[in-house]
Amino acid sequence: MPSIKLEKICKYICRDVELEISDRELLVLLGPSGAGKTTLLNIIAGLTDYEGSVLFDRQRVDKLPASKREVGYLFQDLFLFPHLDVSANIAYGLKAQKSSHDGIKERVAELLQLMKIDHLAERYPRKLSGGEKQRVALARALALSPRVLLLDEPLSSLDTQTAKYLRTELKQLQRKLGITTIYVTHDLAEAEEMADRIAVIQEGQLQQVGKPEEVFFSLRPLPEPGAGCYGGQLRHDEHHPPRRRQPRPPYRSLSPRHIRFRGQATGPRG
Amino acid sequence: MWNSLKRLKPGWGIVPVLVFLALWEIIARLNLTPGQFSFPPFSTVMVEFYNLAASGVLGDNFFASLTRVLIGFCAGSIAGLVVGTAMGWMEKLDKALHPIVSLLYPIPALGWLPLLMLWIGINEMLPITIIFICSFFPVLYNTVTGIKNVDKDYIRVARTLGASDIKILTTVVMPLALPNIFTGFRLEAGMAWRVIIAAEMVAIPTGIGALMMKAESLIRIDIIIVCLIVLAVMCLSFEKIFEFLENKMTARWR
Repeated sequence: MPSIKLEKICKYICRDVELEISDRELLVLLGPSGAGKTTLLNIIAGLTDYEGSVLFDRQRVDKLPASKREVGYLFQDLFLFPHLDVSANIAYGLKAQKSSHDGIKERVAELLQLMKIDHLAERYPRKLSGGEKQRVALARALALSPRVLLLDEPLSSLDTQTAKYLRTELKQLQRKLGITTIYVTHDLAEAEEMADRIAVIQEGQLQQVGKPEEVFFSLRPLPEPGAGCYGGQLRHDEHHPPRRRQPRPPYRSLSPRHIRFRGQATGPRG
Repeated sequence: MWNSLKRLKPGWGIVPVLVFLALWEIIARLNLTPGQFSFPPFSTVMVEFYNLAASGVLGDNFFASLTRVLIGFCAGSIAGLVVGTAMGWMEKLDKALHPIVSLLYPIPALGWLPLLMLWIGINEMLPITIIFICSFFPVLYNTVTGIKNVDKDYIRVARTLGASDIKILTTVVMPLALPNIFTGFRLEAGMAWRVIIAAEMVAIPTGIGALMMKAESLIRIDIIIVCLIVLAVMCLSFEKIFEFLENKMTARWR
């Protein structure tokens, strides 16, 4: 699986974004709605034009169309093809790549088993639950054994319990397959749970990149009491303001759940 | 009472039709219609239906109309589908052709009749061309709308899965546009019969429309009603055929 490098990426709100993702790493792209997270994923997938360069394994892929980049992309709204049953959805990419009939059958069976959805093979998407749809969409994205997996807030539409369960499974699956993954979210707890590293993005600019503990504990207080922030961009929830002139160590007990982005919107899209 | 009516089996739908026919028969037999309003009973109409069918008059005229409808409708629909697909898929082509289509689409099919009579003359091509026009524009319009309404994210997903443009069009866009396309087919299938009857009444000496005009000149109301029944059955049948096909092709996933 390749390492990914972004060099001076510019598109819409994104300005001179530079980012490196290691082989087999799960990087969480964290930021509020409208920060440019989805734009960055679209750039990596080749779904939009852009300035700058995207490199997979030090090879520029800027001129490759989306169909040739070998990227698995799980969209926020999944977009399972409603007219195809689960098997056909998973097989879609394989058929598009003109794989052999037996090869397709074998791979689909393998993915159905991997995602524990064998019993849903002949069901149509409208008859699936949210969690089942998620598994099918992931199986479809993995069918072509992509070099990179892009997950755009994949669990945002699920209830808390299902999302938590699938998060654990997703993390285990990523480890098992060893696939370089970028996971977009605006949920700090989710980021903390999933990430090998976190890249904080706001207003199209990367603010901070590091391990979860580095990102969440690199808080620095602002002069104004109760207006603490981290990376200069996030602030405490009004209900959990830091104490005045508190020394640095106590911040280490702060959970991401008590932090939110400045001016965070309610919409889920990045 | 309403709830018990709702629980009735579908077969009970025939009851209002039977009541209507019974009323028709009674009103006609008792001469309850005013003054010169000639109104043959249903049984007389059915007898005439049998006579016309047995003599071959009805069959000949019916098949003449059916042939015209089938040729014109198939040609118009296929052309509408092809041009509509191209316009829906290629933005530049859509921009180029949209103004012309918008101008021509609102003209009623029969509005072309005087012009076509002069251009084509009074022959078999005239009703077929009218039906072609009648089918072409609505199918084109619904195809374009159907294709444009397909969520662009499905196309993006297919693209990330390595599908070529033509593969995306044939395996994602067209299937998802089918409900819209079938709406066009269904509406025009019935409309084609209405238009052919009108065209035959005005300009063509054969067909169900022409038979109606002959019956009118002979003051044969029973024959006119027979023709209207044939027309109603054919409009309904064509619409039902497309409804069936639409269900067959889309009901599983809609």
